[in-house]
Amino acid sequence: MTQTHPFVEIRHAQKSYGKLEVLKDISLSVERGQIVAIIGPSGSGKSTLLRAINDLDPLTSGEVWLDGLQVNKSLPHRQYENHINEMRQQIGMVFQHFNLFPHLTVRENVTMAPKLLKKISDKEADALAEEQLDHVGMLERIDYYPSQLSGGQKQRVAIARALAMKPKLMLFDEATSALDPELVEEVNLVMKKLAEEHMTMIIVTHEMDFAASVCDRVIFMDKGLVVEEGPPELVFKNPTQERTQVFLRKHLEGAK
Amino acid sequence: MGLDFSVIPPFYGTLALGVLWTIAITAASAVLSFFGGILLAVVALYGPLVVRLPFRFVAWLFMGTPLLLQLFLIYFGLAQIGVDLPAFVAGVIGLGFHYAVYNSELIQTAMVAVDKGQMEAARTLGLSRRQALMRVIVPQAVRDVLPPIGNNMIALLKDSALVSVIGVSELTLSAQLAIGRTYRPFEFYAAAAVLYYVINLGMEAVLRGFEKRNRLSR
Amino acid sequence: MDVELILKVYPYFLKAAWITVELSVLTTVLGLICGALGAAARLSRFAIVRFLGAAYVSVFRGTPALIQLFLLYFGGPQIGIQLDAFCAGVIGLGLNIGAYMTETMRGAIISVDEGQGEAARTLGLSRAQSFRKVVLPQAMRLMIRPLGVNINAQIKGTALVSAISVVELTYTAQRYIGSTYKPFEMFFLAGILYLAIITITGKGVAYLDRRVRLQ
Repeated sequence: MTQTHPFVEIRHAQKSYGKLEVLKDISLSVERGQIVAIIGPSGSGKSTLLRAINDLDPLTSGEVWLDGLQVNKSLPHRQYENHINEMRQQIGMVFQHFNLFPHLTVRENVTMAPKLLKKISDKEADALAEEQLDHVGMLERIDYYPSQLSGGQKQRVAIARALAMKPKLMLFDEATSALDPELVEEVNLVMKKLAEEHMTMIIVTHEMDFAASVCDRVIFMDKGLVVEEGPPELVFKNPTQERTQVFLRKHLEGAK
Repeated sequence: MGLDFSVIPPFYGTLALGVLWTIAITAASAVLSFFGGILLAVVALYGPLVVRLPFRFVAWLFMGTPLLLQLFLIYFGLAQIGVDLPAFVAGVIGLGFHYAVYNSELIQTAMVAVDKGQMEAARTLGLSRRQALMRVIVPQAVRDVLPPIGNNMIALLKDSALVSVIGVSELTLSAQLAIGRTYRPFEFYAAAAVLYYVINLGMEAVLRGFEKRNRLSR
Repeated sequence: MDVELILKVYPYFLKAAWITVELSVLTTVLGLICGALGAAARLSRFAIVRFLGAAYVSVFRGTPALIQLFLLYFGGPQIGIQLDAFCAGVIGLGLNIGAYMTETMRGAIISVDEGQGEAARTLGLSRAQSFRKVVLPQAMRLMIRPLGVNINAQIKGTALVSAISVVELTYTAQRYIGSTYKPFEMFFLAGILYLAIITITGKGVAYLDRRVRLQ
């Protein structure tokens, strides 16, 4: 086979809640190692699109492909459950509100899924937890409970938890929006580090500066459509579409 | 006939054995009610409709009728359909199931209240629905209702006296045994009351200690 | 299910259910009186009275109701208390539920007193005035629902007097289970009657609760 396919591909994604159409025929692809930011006003459908990639919010129609496999393949219920659980192991996700498991320590948060799904030993799990937590600078809090951490620390642990599954793709759903301003930077630094290691990442964000400095490509969405996309220097400096211009003007003014 | 507490010492052994059986039946029923409560809660919330509806009906029945009546049903009812259980086992099933229904109500409420993001985070990591329920949702829900479940277990200790009527030789029946020999009901029921009170205090202390240890993980 | 048998014995169950209703009403009334006295004692200014209130609650909640009942009915004559089974049942169970109601009432009063009592006293009302005019009326509203839970438990608790041979519902069911060997039918019959009593009582409590909340 000579035909090459994109690493991540979304084909004609469409989603409605009743009469409300939140995604209108979106197609896009992401190459291996690429870092893509999705920006846009709230209600533009950017989070919905992100959550469709690991089928957390299933599409009404359309396909999602990862590395040659269809994520949202139509299968009988039982088989589909097994299939999607395996696909999700390859797709890490980081949430706005962290969603750490409060009843588990930091270590257990990181090791639960690998122990359960990859059947690794306690010893391997401990080594894995230490490695991943060291990576995000949280090693010294390994035996704390989430309730004892700051927001920024929680989010770094959440990133380590996702990375412990050795995903091929990382999804970030407004990972810094719920943080106090002084805690945003520590999380951004971790994400930059991942970028330098060529992790494929799709990032829904409000932070234009971060998107401009880290991402290879920016996608501007509005009302369920991709309005404009391109390298950050083009989209931010010379947007061609009026809706992008209006959004950026408002946003950059608000930020400064 | 006045009171004469010197009739008690010859029956120390009988009463001690009664205390042990009371602790045994309480512990066994408490364990059954705890895990049974979790199972019933998961079934009630996530089971198929054909299981859920009959379950709701049985729960309603068991919460609306006296435990004593349920004990008679289980002890004599199971015998009627050919299952001849020792009184102790029938007692554990009766007490355990009765309190499992109550615990299940508590756990269900707490499960519904667990943040939606918890299930999402677990599923995102690749856990199946069942794994997410058992590893993430249920432990949090149970942790949240540990104090009221503890109260149910203390109530269970006192209700364990009821199994004396189906012939389990726990503390109440031991006291009755001694009374049968001495015709001294006041002395022996008072002794039993004191012993129950002490077990009750011990159990409360254990449960409070357990709750304290659990406080950090929320 | 042996319908014929049910139709034959149900009049006895109805009669027994009436005894259960009587027991429930009388023990509830006695329980409310004990609860009010207990709560007053536990909130008293005098340490000795507070201690007596606390001891009452601790002893009656710390031991099985069945033992309390046996102590009163079988042990009572030894200390000069001679009661028939029905009276012993009402007094024993009433004292028992009174201990639980004490805590319910005390909890409601404390939760109101924290803010409202203070506010009333800063207006110049005496402790007694603020309690009567401000705290108690609000606490009464607050306690109806939890007292309903106590009463619900108490209705089922009346089954205990079957152990001292009061011919109420559970005693009747037990006797017919013994003579007919039809435990499921007898459970069904008694169960329906208990559920009826409990459901009607629950509706009554809910109605009362709504009424006072509207005021």
